[in-house]
Amino acid sequence: MLAVDGISVRFGGITALDGVAFTVEQGTAVGLIGPNGAGKTTLFNCLTRRCTPDAGTVRFEDEDLLALPPHSVAGRGIARTFQNLGLFPRLTVRENVMVGAHSRGRTGHLAAALRLPRVRREERELCDQADDLLRRLGLADVADHPASGLPFGTLKRVELARALAVRPRLLLLDEPVNGLSHGEVDQFADLVRSVRQEFDLTLVVVEHHMGFVMGLCDKVVCLDFGRKIAEGSPEEIQRDPAVIEAYLGVAA
Amino acid sequence: MSTITATLDTDRARRLRLALTALLAAVVTVGAPFYFAPFQVFQLTMVLLYAVALAGLNLLVGFGGQISLGHGAFFAAGAYTAAVMLDRYDTGHLATLPVAAVGCFLLGLGFGVPALRLRGLYLALVTLSFAVFLPPLLKRLEPVTGGSMGLTVDKLQPPAWSGLAEDQWTYFVVLAVTAVALLLARNLLRSRVGRALLAVRDNESAAEVMGVRLSLHKTLAFAWSALFAGVSGCVYTWVIGFVSPDSFSFVLSITLLAGLVVGGLASLYGPLLGAAFVMYVPSVAQDISEAAPGVVFGLLIIAVMFVAPTGLAGLAGRVRGAAVSRLTRTTSAAGDRTPGSEPSAPPTPADPAPVDAEPVGAPPRTEKE
Repeated sequence: MLAVDGISVRFGGITALDGVAFTVEQGTAVGLIGPNGAGKTTLFNCLTRRCTPDAGTVRFEDEDLLALPPHSVAGRGIARTFQNLGLFPRLTVRENVMVGAHSRGRTGHLAAALRLPRVRREERELCDQADDLLRRLGLADVADHPASGLPFGTLKRVELARALAVRPRLLLLDEPVNGLSHGEVDQFADLVRSVRQEFDLTLVVVEHHMGFVMGLCDKVVCLDFGRKIAEGSPEEIQRDPAVIEAYLGVAA
Repeated sequence: MSTITATLDTDRARRLRLALTALLAAVVTVGAPFYFAPFQVFQLTMVLLYAVALAGLNLLVGFGGQISLGHGAFFAAGAYTAAVMLDRYDTGHLATLPVAAVGCFLLGLGFGVPALRLRGLYLALVTLSFAVFLPPLLKRLEPVTGGSMGLTVDKLQPPAWSGLAEDQWTYFVVLAVTAVALLLARNLLRSRVGRALLAVRDNESAAEVMGVRLSLHKTLAFAWSALFAGVSGCVYTWVIGFVSPDSFSFVLSITLLAGLVVGGLASLYGPLLGAAFVMYVPSVAQDISEAAPGVVFGLLIIAVMFVAPTGLAGLAGRVRGAAVSRLTRTTSAAGDRTPGSEPSAPPTPADPAPVDAEPVGAPPRTEKE
């Protein structure tokens, strides 16, 4: 479904990604791990066109993703969440989710200003869909609350709801459980598992919480200093000496 | 007390209250020109037409998170479009409105292009330069614009069937234009494109990931905003019947922006309050002293920024929020005073103390990264 091949990104003298290649099969969950600064988020930014690699290709369902303008990525069925939350703080939770449906809307500026009947209809549909999602994720109570000022765990779910509103087939989660308490991590893992099944999602997850990654993913890719050092099933990765060295270091 | 607020908060009661407020507002706005003296009616008319310009500026600054110190120039462009059409081509007043609107829309579209690359102070400077160079340009183009003498054109005349005086008729025409403009702005905001605009303001990169085309929405915000300013300027010509380069110095742009900030950024009726500020404060201050308007204006802006950073429109909500949190604090403190219980700080649900929240009307963050 997604094929990343040999992508390299350099920021000045720093090589953030160096010829990374891996594939993501339809319906699987792939974990992306690695020490801080390994290039995981940069890789995500390449997949959502926030950053253009200096070399390499990214193909999504046989389409060259790098040829698309950044705002078209959502329309192709790719959604993501952000490492430190990328919500719209002054919009309500419901509006945040409705922005997620932006790429599926048709309303243009003129039609919106005149509030044509089809605009009303679309608004109502999007609002209903957003409310369904909010109910599904247990956020109905805070639908009219501004996104700022809610607990962090709730905001993580709001962000997930917003990403689901894109109706993605590929969902990229950037450290979905960082900053959550122990109990919340388990709850969030259950939530991700159930929405994955329900919405038939393919997942790519960047996460430092190994329990979360190993429990969720079918395949794990480990990066270190921009290079892929290991790829395999969670069990293989846990035993891989290169991964252990990158994370824990070796005795001198 | 709580039961009363609970009943007041039910949906039906709210709808009823809304309908009553709307009815009252309609009666007051329609009745005003019959009650007040012609000069006061004229002042109200000016408030209405400034409100259109401020509503446009609000789209850009309050909801779009961009900034413009050049809206006086769009206002001037609209005013001159109307004046030149009336003076040279004798087109009739109504025909000038769409031309001014479309012309300023295109002008705004052009200015939206630098807005894609610049933000904050830099964008303010580019737009300010437009406001600074337009008056001398108007003086130079004497064959068309009448140079520094300006142009005198016909004001709106009431048709015989209406039976209204000139000031009353003008008031109603401007009222209609303002109502339509405010309605359009409101529709725009309560839609997919409005949400996109707000999303771009709050978090550009997240908005783009959600599929919002930044360039389109930013330039169109500028264009709409200029359209409203142009319409406002066009109506200004109808009302005043005279335009000259000195009526549209760059001070007008700054006054408009200040009026919007005082009225309330990102508020739907902030522009109306801001327009009243723009209209009345200088004229009231003038009674004190010739030099007073500038001083009073400045002091009031500082005062508003300190006391009510959400502007006049946000003031009511802030006062109510403060009252509610004080009320809950006292009631729950009273409830806590059971024997044996520790005097603890009671939770205040009305005040969620948002960590990184800015007040709704806060000036847009200019540097995001």
